Amino acid sequence: MSAAEPNWTRQFITPEGVDLRLEIAPFAQRAAAFLLDALILIGVLLALTVFCILAAVGGHNQIAVQALVVLWLLGLFLLRNAYFLVFEMSPRAATPGKRAMKIRVAARDGAALTATNIFARNAMREIEIFLPATFLIVHHQGVDAVLALLGLTWTGVFLLFPLFNRDRLRLGDLLAGTWVVRAPTRRLLPDMAIAPLKVPSARFYFTDAQLDAYGVKELQVLEDVLRRRHIETIRGVAERIRAKIGWAPGANESDFDFLDAYYAALRQRLEQLMLVGRRRKDKNDRV
Amino acid sequence: MADLTLKSRKFREEREADWRKLERLLARMEKEGPGRLSDDDLLAIPVLYRAALSSLSVARATSLDRALLDYLEALCARAYFLVYGVRTRLWTRIGRFFAYDWPASVQALGRETLAALAILALGAVVAYLLVTVDPDWFYSLMPAGLSQGRDPAATTESLRATLRDAGNHTALLSIFATFLFTHNAQVALFGFALGFAFGVPTAFLQLLNGCALGALFAVFTAHGLGLELGGWLMIHGVTELFAVTLASAAGFHIGWTLAFPGRRRRVDALVDAGKRTGAVMFGVLIMLFVAGALEGVARQLITSTPARYLIAATSGVVWCAFFYLPRAKPLLGQTGPKSR
Repeated sequence: MSAAEPNWTRQFITPEGVDLRLEIAPFAQRAAAFLLDALILIGVLLALTVFCILAAVGGHNQIAVQALVVLWLLGLFLLRNAYFLVFEMSPRAATPGKRAMKIRVAARDGAALTATNIFARNAMREIEIFLPATFLIVHHQGVDAVLALLGLTWTGVFLLFPLFNRDRLRLGDLLAGTWVVRAPTRRLLPDMAIAPLKVPSARFYFTDAQLDAYGVKELQVLEDVLRRRHIETIRGVAERIRAKIGWAPGANESDFDFLDAYYAALRQRLEQLMLVGRRRKDKNDRV
Repeated sequence: MADLTLKSRKFREEREADWRKLERLLARMEKEGPGRLSDDDLLAIPVLYRAALSSLSVARATSLDRALLDYLEALCARAYFLVYGVRTRLWTRIGRFFAYDWPASVQALGRETLAALAILALGAVVAYLLVTVDPDWFYSLMPAGLSQGRDPAATTESLRATLRDAGNHTALLSIFATFLFTHNAQVALFGFALGFAFGVPTAFLQLLNGCALGALFAVFTAHGLGLELGGWLMIHGVTELFAVTLASAAGFHIGWTLAFPGRRRRVDALVDAGKRTGAVMFGVLIMLFVAGALEGVARQLITSTPARYLIAATSGVVWCAFFYLPRAKPLLGQTGPKSR
């Protein structure tokens, strides 16, 4: 209800003129996705290193050892730069970490993501994370504790940058014209208006006044309650609705049947109102 | 109230099969790529997508079945990204990048490229003069570890030897080339990324590059080896310095746009600058790869100074022709039918 709660839904109009109402990915999901990617990168790098060391110890051929060093250097470079590029250029526009978190990269203006978007987005990662990380790891030639501390502060600023803007943009996102949105794959859950199929409608007849007790918000809460099928909750909700609309339960009336019937009837009533241009938000909304 | 036939329920029952079909096709396309789908399926996706979008509009206006609305929103967004996201195949995209995007972006940065070049030259000249006057300057101007014995204390013979270091360790070449490529690529990326601080660190880095160059020349010229050093450096240096200069130019472009966005919103101007410089930087990596190969392999195999200069001049002409010769803009969205 209160205005304090931020709205994460963004208008996103397709060329067909329909608003897709994309949702900005929460910071926690972004962070988790990055951690996952970092773990994958470190894991692969460790595996590559162990492989190269074992292979080098095994062979005595000078050229083979040098080839391994080349392999290791190129592997490091590819991991650091190509990993994000290649995955984000794929049709799903997401690294494995982002896929696991069900988020993806999209262009803010609704156009197709181009290679240059992705490149600009990931080139900035260099100063956001890798540059200061290098300061932390490398400890020779004048790179001292003060510089390492500065690097840490620097990374901290950039890591938290998304928290200080409305669209949770990383510096790279800002520059590349991209944002990261939620891309869930949802199953189609069954319709909860099953009453017309299983209960003879004559047994449950609600007057308009009884149906006007609630609005869309309550209807959707009821949909959740019915979907969960938790006996205690069902009983409680059924009792409260009966009391509110003054319903006298018949003999052996099941709470489930009553709520199913009331849900279907309420939905029909509210949908009819929508057809004439009235969307009744909640029970306090005037009929 | 006698007939409880929910229109929204009927609506859902009539269209559900189409939505499920779209969902199946999307899952296959995401998993296996468009190449594995039959032509019929590929043609069906846009049709089913538009049907789903229209269902979503209708459902928003007439249905209160939240499971349905959530499902349709997720399905439409997923389909939208597949239908509009990948307009061209990867190879078409790469071809277009080389034929048009890359040179056009480099051309757009003409002013910044000149500025970066000027800073490089300034650094080189100043360092050259300083080291010529007082060789001790060399140690302050040259990053430690980069000179590898090429300092004012070295004898003419040992300096000459560093220029002809081909010898028998040809196996090391590939390691060296790889290392140079990855190292330079990281330096170029920093130069670009630091442009965000209004280009000041970028200018500083570029100045340092010039200083290292000038200081090295001063040391070798003092021993009468300037010409040989030129061949040794420029065989790959033309490509490498051009790449580093372009990276700095890209950094300046970002910094300049950030400071002076013009009449547009700062964010919008930045996005344009970001895309343009993104293309340039992608090209810079390719140039550095070429430079690494020239430095690690060609320089070790070709030890004659005139031949080195010839390669240096050729690479300079080729890069300039590639970037600055005028060319026609390709048609946008030129995808053509999918070939099988």
